[in-house]
Amino acid sequence: MSVLVAVPVLLPLGAAGLSMAFGRFADIQRWLGLLVLGVIVVDAAVLLHVADVHGPVVLHLGGWRAPVGIALVADRLAALLLLVSVIVMFSVLLYSIGQRITDYGRGTASTTFHPIYLVLCAGVSLAYLTGDLFNLFVAFEIMLASSYVLITRRTTANRVRAGMTYTIVSLSSSVLFLTLIGLVYAATGTVNLADLAERTDQLPPGPATALALLMVIVFGVKSAMVPLHFWLPDSYPNAPAPITAIFAALLTKVGIYAMIRTQILVFEREPSWPLMLMFALATMLVGALGALAQNDLNRLLSFLLVSHIGFMLFGLGVYDVAGLTGVILYIVHHITVQATLFLVSGLVTRYTGTVALSRMGGLAGISPLVAVLFAVPALSLAGVPPFSGFVAKLALLRSGIELGTSWGYAVTAGAVLTSLLTLYAVARVWTRVFWGKRREPEGDPDHSDELVVGTGDTSQGMVYATGVLVGATVLVAVLAGPLSAVSERAAIDLLSGQAYRSAVLGGGSGG
Amino acid sequence: MTTVNLTMAVVLGGLYAAGFYLLLQRSLMRVLLGIVVLGHGANLLLQLAGGARAGRPPMLGESPLSEMSDPFPQAMALTAIVITFALTTFLLALAYRGWVLLGHDEVQDDVEDRRIRRLESRLAEEGVEEAERELESEATR
Repeated sequence: MSVLVAVPVLLPLGAAGLSMAFGRFADIQRWLGLLVLGVIVVDAAVLLHVADVHGPVVLHLGGWRAPVGIALVADRLAALLLLVSVIVMFSVLLYSIGQRITDYGRGTASTTFHPIYLVLCAGVSLAYLTGDLFNLFVAFEIMLASSYVLITRRTTANRVRAGMTYTIVSLSSSVLFLTLIGLVYAATGTVNLADLAERTDQLPPGPATALALLMVIVFGVKSAMVPLHFWLPDSYPNAPAPITAIFAALLTKVGIYAMIRTQILVFEREPSWPLMLMFALATMLVGALGALAQNDLNRLLSFLLVSHIGFMLFGLGVYDVAGLTGVILYIVHHITVQATLFLVSGLVTRYTGTVALSRMGGLAGISPLVAVLFAVPALSLAGVPPFSGFVAKLALLRSGIELGTSWGYAVTAGAVLTSLLTLYAVARVWTRVFWGKRREPEGDPDHSDELVVGTGDTSQGMVYATGVLVGATVLVAVLAGPLSAVSERAAIDLLSGQAYRSAVLGGGSGG
Repeated sequence: MTTVNLTMAVVLGGLYAAGFYLLLQRSLMRVLLGIVVLGHGANLLLQLAGGARAGRPPMLGESPLSEMSDPFPQAMALTAIVITFALTTFLLALAYRGWVLLGHDEVQDDVEDRRIRRLESRLAEEGVEEAERELESEATR
């Protein structure tokens, strides 16, 4: 059973090599990618079920027991997030295959895209599953290295600029991560997360706090927490739509996941963490206000992404079962919704030929389907009742009120305000893009990228893939009951940490 | 907790300071060198995390356990060196590509900065009222 934990990491890595070998056969590459991701979706679903019923599934790599060897651990939280992430990766792959076929025809293959996409998948899976701080670093590097390549593919002058910002910021934070690992090892003599939990208790409070704060900074950069967010709106919007979608959906969330995992598992803390609540408040407001000032659709969505990272920090700041349940629900909701919005933005751009809101209009008359595909995730992001965002936001707001401290009330008020600002921002997009008089599409802004935009030429694959994701966001709302139940159990696991530790360190079903 | 001797602590501090200084420069080549220097600093730190004492090779039967050096940080540093090396190569390629496409290797201002500067220059040219109107339309657009 425990070998299932290795599948999401090893399968895409192996398949990436195979995909590289089949570089000349476009169809084989495409089917291989979809097949591999499909298998991982099933695998993650099985893992979630097993972890929920029987407790964490652990695999000790190479037969070395933790804390010496590296353990892969799938507990409720990791398995749930893995499942959602891979579903999104599957849909986005479908979308990009559709886009490729529309633009270049069936026959041509892009030799590098599919292998690198699979490596990205392996990195994301490893980051969720690993139970070892250094291995987490390696997972981040696998994920980031493939994202560097994806963001700078088909280099135009603009993409080099954006890619440089992205690469250098990520590399600096990776160096800080290495520094952190060195310091953690010097202080405790271990990098196994479960083992660390026991060792940090014996540290004097000074070094323990310093290590905790350094972790906040390292993962804060990766997850675009204000004031470490500035790189995100500069780099993400320049990549092609499917790639922006996958980055926005997964990379920042993996950062948040790493922050939650390390902070809660490793450090002892009383409920309510005022510092994190402050970061949460700043992140929510700066992101939402930044979004209002944008004229570029993708930049606006990127700022909204930053803003909603704040909601996840909010739950971490509350630091009790209710707050963490809210965070887990929120991450699940946000992964699907943010990916969908960027995919829809890709569709919109194909009709208008521009990302400037001031030069769009009347799209609802031309393609009502795209309008619906935008409306559902947009309302969900703002937290309008029947949709998924509402459930997650409600859980977070309640935990903030129940906290009863002045910071709790302040951040709850900030969250409500941010939701309203988000609603205003997406309503502005709606009136600019879908209502009003139809404007003629712009000429091709970038002739060097071989793509012709503004023709409204979208293939079925792209629309279906977006539709699947919109369906997924609706499903998150429909399944809110069972999802909150699983999230709550995962939050209880997280806070006690007992199940995780005993599964990794002792008695677990070894491999 | 392991301790570090003073010389090494000073060397580490110097590497990190130089690295971050270079990172804040405008030229991409210097930024890249900054990343390299920072990477060296981090790798040295990983080495030192196992203790400053030079121990015997960690092989069973060769030397008593108490005299062995800790192999764990060495394994981590080795992995980290490979990763830093690969990413440095990638950055070099990207910098070269940027130089081919842009003709220089300066890091450019970000979009917001440029927007504010455009407004400022208009303000200087067209007078305050015109620029204020422009600011308003820019915000509501």
